[in-house]
Amino acid sequence: MDKKTIQVKSLFRPAIIVPAAVVLVLCLLPQFIKGYPLHTLTLIILYAALGSAWNWLGGFAGQASLAHAVFFGLGAYINSMLQVHFEVNPWVAMLVAMAGVGIISILVGLPVFRLSGPYFSIATIAIGEVVKIIFINWKATGGAVGMYLPIRESSLLNFQFNDKAPYYYIILAFYFVAVSITYWLKNSRSGYYFRAIKEDPQAAKALGINIVQSKLLAMVLSGMMCAMVGSFYVNFTLYIDPDNVFRFMTSVQIALIAVLGGVGSVWGPLIGSVIILLLSEGSRAYLGGIGAGLDFVIYGLMIMLIAIFQPNGIIGAVENYRKKKRLKKRQMQEATDAAKEVGDHGAA
Amino acid sequence: MFVQVFMGGVLLGFIYVLISLGLTLIYGVMGITNFANGDFLSLAMYAALVFNVQMNLDPLVSLPLVVLLLAAFGALAYQLLIKHVLKASNMAQIFVTFGMMIFLRGIMQFAFTANYQMVENPLVSGTLNLFGASLSKPQVVAAAGALIATIIIYLFISKTKTGWALQAVSENRDAASLMGIHAQKMYMLAWIIGGACVGVAGSLMAEYSYIYPEVGAPFGTIAIIVVALGGFGSVPGAFISGLLIGLVEVVGGFYFEPAYKYLLVFGLYFVFVVLRPQGIMGKRRA
Repeated sequence: MDKKTIQVKSLFRPAIIVPAAVVLVLCLLPQFIKGYPLHTLTLIILYAALGSAWNWLGGFAGQASLAHAVFFGLGAYINSMLQVHFEVNPWVAMLVAMAGVGIISILVGLPVFRLSGPYFSIATIAIGEVVKIIFINWKATGGAVGMYLPIRESSLLNFQFNDKAPYYYIILAFYFVAVSITYWLKNSRSGYYFRAIKEDPQAAKALGINIVQSKLLAMVLSGMMCAMVGSFYVNFTLYIDPDNVFRFMTSVQIALIAVLGGVGSVWGPLIGSVIILLLSEGSRAYLGGIGAGLDFVIYGLMIMLIAIFQPNGIIGAVENYRKKKRLKKRQMQEATDAAKEVGDHGAA
Repeated sequence: MFVQVFMGGVLLGFIYVLISLGLTLIYGVMGITNFANGDFLSLAMYAALVFNVQMNLDPLVSLPLVVLLLAAFGALAYQLLIKHVLKASNMAQIFVTFGMMIFLRGIMQFAFTANYQMVENPLVSGTLNLFGASLSKPQVVAAAGALIATIIIYLFISKTKTGWALQAVSENRDAASLMGIHAQKMYMLAWIIGGACVGVAGSLMAEYSYIYPEVGAPFGTIAIIVVALGGFGSVPGAFISGLLIGLVEVVGGFYFEPAYKYLLVFGLYFVFVVLRPQGIMGKRRA
């Protein structure tokens, strides 16, 4: 085989072909899908981006946060407050929101990272509740009623459109940013640090890894990404209230999407988001009318079944399957080699 | 006035202690946090309501039946769900109980609608004067009942052989199984006790509280905070922190802004646990 065929062959590896196909399909979908399905698709990509951000902290660094809705909601709130009270351009407001949430995540991270395991997760629940209570009672943010964004002319600069498709492409671009960061983390020194901390914090420390610094980096990246998506969300819905963005179940859903897809994987959150949103939106659309609550019954049931039968997530299951196949192949190879050897020996 | 508010805090605290007991036992023996605990409580309250509407039983009378039902439900949850994630990752274990939480809320909303309902003509009502404080009678009964149930559970754990076995599994699972203790049986026992505790609490609360599908949700969250503040797996820790949180909630809510009472509770937890990560009575885990 000459060098050229090897190069061509390596370009057509599944590791490149599959993501390229996914990207292409995601970009072309609005050509075929309109109206409510496109709205759902936008939410799927939105949650995939949030799930990816969770994955950096929860999947790579092993800090299972149950407060990611806080970063998301704070991003949305900072963005809309700047727009409503100071008439700041939405994109500028987004950058400010990301910077603000980045700083907040350091302030939150410093004390919380002293805790580990369930103590960490429960402390994040407490943070989520505290933030929600503050925003429900804070007059400047409209309290429990929430706030509306001013309607502007449809343009990219105003972050408002008459059509749904531009929103979809914006969140898709944001999601690709998240995917790129995940790729970078998977192969960078920082990413290895994160995983070392997850596997064995003591050993990581002994190797000279600055644990708090690494965890803070994961937290800040994750928080800023959520703030970016939150900024998108409020410009997409033009309305925000505390119960909407700070709901505990939103935090749970973000973590669930990442875990269901596959902890620490690049494309897992997208798979998780497709499944979870189709489940929750689908059961709401088809069962919501029959009897209130039945949609939650199905949704809850599916979560329990997935946690029991597919605890490593979909990507984990696929990898296990491939590993088994490879192992079987190797065993077959070894068996034939051994048989051959015996045969050679016999012949000699 | 202070006595009045203080007593209110203590009454609420005893309920919190009882609801947290099962949670801390389950965590102690198997390291799983039951996020559906609050929804078990809602279920118990609905069970009391059904007995009241269908058979005209007062929640205080149907209490043993509700306790049996909830204990059976705890066993069922263990057998059908928890048993299958014993060896799974922490996240899978958490998500099973999240799934159960969403599932139960859905079932209750479907079966009983989202409307607020109440037990009609409860056996105990009105107010009572105690140490110069005017307290709601059903709440005093509930707190007393919760205290009695807590003492019974505590005695069971510390004085009976089965209770010792439970503690042994909690201390060291492998050593306990070498001593011939069947760990899985103890796991199930913890879930049965957990169900029974919420069964008692739910019956007592059904006497005076509105009942709706999410009624138990805030109690579930508070109970998790109580357990984490007291130290995971510690019964005395849950007792102290349950009382403390009840007091902070009621006294703080009275002297500051009622809207901010949970802010004080979560703030207290947050500050405390950052300074002392293992909680009041918890053991330091590496």
